[in-house]
Amino acid sequence: MAIEVLMPALSPTMTEGTLARWVKAEGDKVAIGDVIAEIETDKATMEVEAIEDGILGRILVPEGTQEIAVNTPIAIMVAEGEAVPEAGAVKPQNSAPPAQAAQPPATPQAPAAAPATAPAGQPATGKRIVASPLAKRVASQKGLDLSRIKGTGPNGRIVRRDVDKAAEQGTGAPAGAVAEAPASTSRTVPHSSMRKVIARRLSEAKSTIPHFYVSVDVELDALLALRSQLNATSPEDGPDAFKLSVNDMLVKASAIALKRVPNVNASFTDQAMILHDNVDISIAVSIPDGLITPIVKNVEQKSLKQISQETKDLVKRARAGKLKPEEFQGGTFSISNMGMFGVRDFSAIINPPQAAILAIAAGKKQAVVKGNELAIATVMTVTLSVDHRVVDGAVAAEWLSAFRSVVESPLTLVL
Amino acid sequence: MSGTDFDIIVVGGGPGGYVAALRAAQLGLSTAVVEARHLGGICLNWGCIPTKALLRASEINHLLHDLGSYGFSAEKVGFDFSKIIARSRAVSQQLSGGVAHLLKKAKVPVFDGFGKLDGVTGSKRKVLVTPEKGAPVTLTAKHVILATGARARVLPGLEPDGKLIWSYREALVPDELPRRLLVIGSGAIGSEFASFYRNMGSEVTLVEVAPRILPVEDEEISALARKAFEKQGMRVLTSAKVGPLRKSDTDVTVPVEVNGKTEEFTVDRVISAVGIVGNVEKIGLEGTKIKTDRTHVVTDALCRTGEPGVYAIGDLAGAPWLAHKASHEAVMCVDAIAGKQVHPIDITKIPGCTYCRPQIASVGYTEARAKEAGYKVRVGKFPLLANGKALAMGEPDGLVKTIFDAQTGELLGAHMIGAEVTEMIQGYVIARTGELTEAELAETIFPHPTISESMHEAVLAAYDGALHV
Repeated sequence: MAIEVLMPALSPTMTEGTLARWVKAEGDKVAIGDVIAEIETDKATMEVEAIEDGILGRILVPEGTQEIAVNTPIAIMVAEGEAVPEAGAVKPQNSAPPAQAAQPPATPQAPAAAPATAPAGQPATGKRIVASPLAKRVASQKGLDLSRIKGTGPNGRIVRRDVDKAAEQGTGAPAGAVAEAPASTSRTVPHSSMRKVIARRLSEAKSTIPHFYVSVDVELDALLALRSQLNATSPEDGPDAFKLSVNDMLVKASAIALKRVPNVNASFTDQAMILHDNVDISIAVSIPDGLITPIVKNVEQKSLKQISQETKDLVKRARAGKLKPEEFQGGTFSISNMGMFGVRDFSAIINPPQAAILAIAAGKKQAVVKGNELAIATVMTVTLSVDHRVVDGAVAAEWLSAFRSVVESPLTLVL
Repeated sequence: MSGTDFDIIVVGGGPGGYVAALRAAQLGLSTAVVEARHLGGICLNWGCIPTKALLRASEINHLLHDLGSYGFSAEKVGFDFSKIIARSRAVSQQLSGGVAHLLKKAKVPVFDGFGKLDGVTGSKRKVLVTPEKGAPVTLTAKHVILATGARARVLPGLEPDGKLIWSYREALVPDELPRRLLVIGSGAIGSEFASFYRNMGSEVTLVEVAPRILPVEDEEISALARKAFEKQGMRVLTSAKVGPLRKSDTDVTVPVEVNGKTEEFTVDRVISAVGIVGNVEKIGLEGTKIKTDRTHVVTDALCRTGEPGVYAIGDLAGAPWLAHKASHEAVMCVDAIAGKQVHPIDITKIPGCTYCRPQIASVGYTEARAKEAGYKVRVGKFPLLANGKALAMGEPDGLVKTIFDAQTGELLGAHMIGAEVTEMIQGYVIARTGELTEAELAETIFPHPTISESMHEAVLAAYDGALHV
């Protein structure tokens, strides 16, 4: 029987995506699990797999189509020998994985299954914009953001004159855009799906979460020494070869600190605080047009070597846009490391519904006072951003103290 | 509130006035209508409606003389002219009665008499109603909407005499069909009368001072209308000046100058349809801050006059002189008084219809006006000759023309000539009002077989995608 393949929701925050490529052509035989198309979501490029054997009867959405709403039919699958019916006359069937966005859970699930990155309850997307087709087109031609234009048509509908007025008055420019930048020196770059999500989620996090920040200086020398020793034990090459990074060790150190001060390994919901048993650490990775946070799961149970290899693989695939949703959705704590850029210190925005994020700056040799002596040590400043609804100041300080003690006495990392 | 004090008094019971009163009643405002002659105004009694009844008769006459092309034959086809006129009057009467009924149902009192502004008392305005018989009555209200309409313009030397020289009014109730008729003015009114009388069998000459007939329409439509009229045997003179008429007891000799050459001919009747003037006299505008401009009351976009609490709508308030414009202004004006959010009228979104044969309908910019306004345009055209339904109906003459803004895809204007186009123009008006672009119109599925498919094709044609030409 013919079934429609629907645009899948590959992440709970996904409301639309781009059909990047059709892997199968019309008329191709398809087996369960075969990749039929690639979809660019707000976070990554994803593969759509067939969930039934059959023939790809008709492609309804051509390659390169943007802003396809979740659950829009994108193709029709038929059985062998079956005629291809018209779209709309067909029973819809979600392609794998099942759409999650349609019904976000009212509250995050039990601690073991960490809630997805979208905060529960409220749909993350903005309110529907009511605008005439002409207003939409003119706004897009002028590079104006309809959500910033006030409608004066029937029931507040945005009509052409509103867009013209906004253009005249210089209002309606996208947030952050320079309103009257000379045309010769500015370009209008349409938002990618990822840029839209970054904008939405970070504005929401920064404007709804009561952030506070606690910083501490940590000496790295012992950790660096241990790292050299451990790396020296790696085989030259082969599957067992490894090269631990400082970051790998700080990930593990964070996990140990989270086990010691478990109240930081938490999520906030309107109803309750969720305390997580597992430590799943989201690592911020910059990629060409944005950033993504692949997750190393159950860090507390993993060896440095495992963490290192896993992270390497995740980062590589993140940069290639090949992460699976479950690999970047969830997490109980985040780390953002800008040490490689030599920054002195910075504070990060919490990745909701997590309660905290650790911002790691560069380690630098500097003069320190030990006892009554001047000495040289490699020191880095770390700053913990904390959701005050979940974690109070003293708990944050306690956590940082635990973190520092692990880093400065790093043998715990290999226990 | 006594029986003479209201929230709103509407002076004039035409398609502006009675609609204003109905809307006011609907919003719970107390309201009264003052009407000097007949509810429904010119539109129902001496305009839109009775002419449509006559044009229907002339269309039937045309079909009866074209029966052969449909495979019929008939003998002794004829008509009783007085019955045709009587039917037209009956239709008007029925509708005028309908308006009275609607107002009664809405509990809106109607004061028969001539209404005029009569100063203020306290915070209220006074309206003096002078009936034909009996004593004048003074009404009071916070708001007065003037909707006194318009009447035929009279040019010197062309004064209607009720016998040989007619205005629209006499032309609607003739005793007999004139053998030779001259129609002066080829706007909607002149063209409709010319069409009616020609299709009933009169020899008709239509003269127009402008270089083309139906001068407000798109040039291409004007040219097609002229061609169709001439094919029907009408004589059409453009860039033509009518000289002093010489009347005898039974006919009129008319000198007409075209391109410096004067030609004289004799006709039995003359219809003067050279525009209208607003009824601004004797309604109490003197001594107020209400301004007039060439017989029309000056208002702002929300129909407010210079005098607070006094509004003017419809023909009285200026062009375009269309019943549907008056009714729309009526609702907008009352809504604004009631504190609702309203949207000023954009005249490029008001459709215009002329019910001659073939019919003409249009909305928005003509091609020439769009270019004058600086638009880079895309124009689409589709002839009815390529439309299945038009051929099946035996009505293959006509054209649909669309004008889009090449940059934004805005439908700037649409112009149609042919069978049933007056019933179809609303599709384009909706598109223009709803600010649809060529994309939504192209996506729209039009029913087959209909003449309206040519509207779709004319959109596609503007983007080089027409399928059936």
